Amino acid sequence: MDDLSGFPLKIVGENSPMVSFKRVRKAYGSLVVLDDLDLDVAAGEMVSVIGPSGSGKTTVLRMLMTLEKINGGVIYVDGKPLTHMAQGDKLVPASEKHLRARRSDIGMCFQHFNLFPHMTAIQNCMEGPVQVLGLSKGEARDRGEELLELVGMADKKDQHPSRLSGGQQQRVAIARALAMRPKVMLFDEVTSALDPEVIGEVTNVIRKLVSEHNLTMLMVTHQMGFARDISDRVCFFYGGKIEEQGPPAELFGNPRRERTQQFLSAVKEAV
Amino acid sequence: MSLFEFLSQYWPLLMSGTGVTVAQFLLGAILTVGLALVFGLMKMSSNRAIKGSAVVYIEIFRGTSLLVQLYWIFFVLPLFGVTLEKFTAGWVAIGLNAGAYGAELVRGGIMAVPKGQWEAATAINMSAARRMWRIILPQALVNMLPAWGNLMVEILKGTALVSLISVADLMFQAKQINASTYLSAQIFGTALVIYYILARFLLTPFMRWLEGFMARKLGRA
Ligand SMILES: Nc1ncnc2c1ncn2[C@@H]1O[C@H](COP(=O)(O)OP(=O)(O)OP(=O)(O)O)[C@@H](O)[C@H]1O
Ligand SMILES: [Mg+2]
Repeated sequence: MDDLSGFPLKIVGENSPMVSFKRVRKAYGSLVVLDDLDLDVAAGEMVSVIGPSGSGKTTVLRMLMTLEKINGGVIYVDGKPLTHMAQGDKLVPASEKHLRARRSDIGMCFQHFNLFPHMTAIQNCMEGPVQVLGLSKGEARDRGEELLELVGMADKKDQHPSRLSGGQQQRVAIARALAMRPKVMLFDEVTSALDPEVIGEVTNVIRKLVSEHNLTMLMVTHQMGFARDISDRVCFFYGGKIEEQGPPAELFGNPRRERTQQFLSAVKEAV
Repeated sequence: MSLFEFLSQYWPLLMSGTGVTVAQFLLGAILTVGLALVFGLMKMSSNRAIKGSAVVYIEIFRGTSLLVQLYWIFFVLPLFGVTLEKFTAGWVAIGLNAGAYGAELVRGGIMAVPKGQWEAATAINMSAARRMWRIILPQALVNMLPAWGNLMVEILKGTALVSLISVADLMFQAKQINASTYLSAQIFGTALVIYYILARFLLTPFMRWLEGFMARKLGRA
């Protein structure tokens, strides 16, 4: 394990970021996927992540969701270490207990929805609140119905996922994640598996979250137009690093780095 | 003696034997399910000692014959101070044997659940135990039910071996009647039919119903 003495036990201060990657490294064998990544996301900020296939976009979200362990550096959420915990005045890798205590701050939606097939839409939304947060069934049902209403799925709440279209499943998946009341929401290409005509129903839900809720969001997407519309900031990933980032108008309108220009023109041609 | 006379005379014995067979089957099957679950999960553990003991159990009970295991449990274990009554020895041997096969079914069923289900359950911060119990196992169960149907039929057929340690099951009664009447064709024919009815008209339809029931619960039907 590398030396963590340079990393703070806490990030304090008025404008401390909601999410902070500090020199985060992830490798699979000799393949380095995230290379000393530094990335801060402010509270309430919507950050889009774009970049070529294999550049490490999904990996960033998976590390933050603690689905896998990082090989170096520290990730902080809400000022406190997520991937590590303080032991005395040192940081040590997080125990499962620490992860479980901290993970509730983060929610994630997946490209292939991953709804629980043996549960109806409302049961999917109630599972976490009842089993993890300890809400009563009644409270969890109220919360779930409210969120299904928000994503426009109230009328299908008693359907199993197999009876729902992809767009409908993804909206239920968003409600399921929101039911945990996370501070940070992660979206990994949530429209990539959808038929073109239903993409809008999912992006509209995300738009609504951006405009009406004070969530911190990190969104991996291949929909450049959508990213441009709703992001506060866009990060272009290349080879496990942020090659260029900035406000969408700047990054899309006037990309400075050559790789960004190449990527954006390649994407434009593909459309 | 007509078949009718024969049946009416020996019917009570045959029925009592059938009752014992069904009891051996049910107890053996319950033990099988429990052991399969425990050892199937243990075999997936990352702890080497836990995994190792599951491998040893599965290897021993799959790699040797049920009859030898039955004799061990009934005749040899008493030498080590563990004496089981023959009825108990019967279904315990059946459960231990079939449990080793069931453990592999459990493991296979769990591994067939898509990775995304584990991740989605983790993303809503479920504990490992709840994730397994509430998300993974119900789906694994549906994956493995068809194979369990076959195993259950094997368990039922396997119960006939307990007659060899004098448990008074259907096979035992049939042999007794045969010894006193020499009506081999009638008596073993009748036993055959009863086993067939148990397997094909009770057990198999029940398992089919269970498959359908679980599929409906998953909203797949
Ligand atoms: N479990 C794994 N084992 C080995 N290599 C992996 C694993 N997961 C990801 N990788 C590799 O890590 C690199 C980054 O993967 P990642 O999924 O983060 O890319 P991405 O930017 O999301 O790409 P895409 O746009 O195709 O989704 C890829 O080269 C991928 O092959
Ligand atoms: Mg990806």
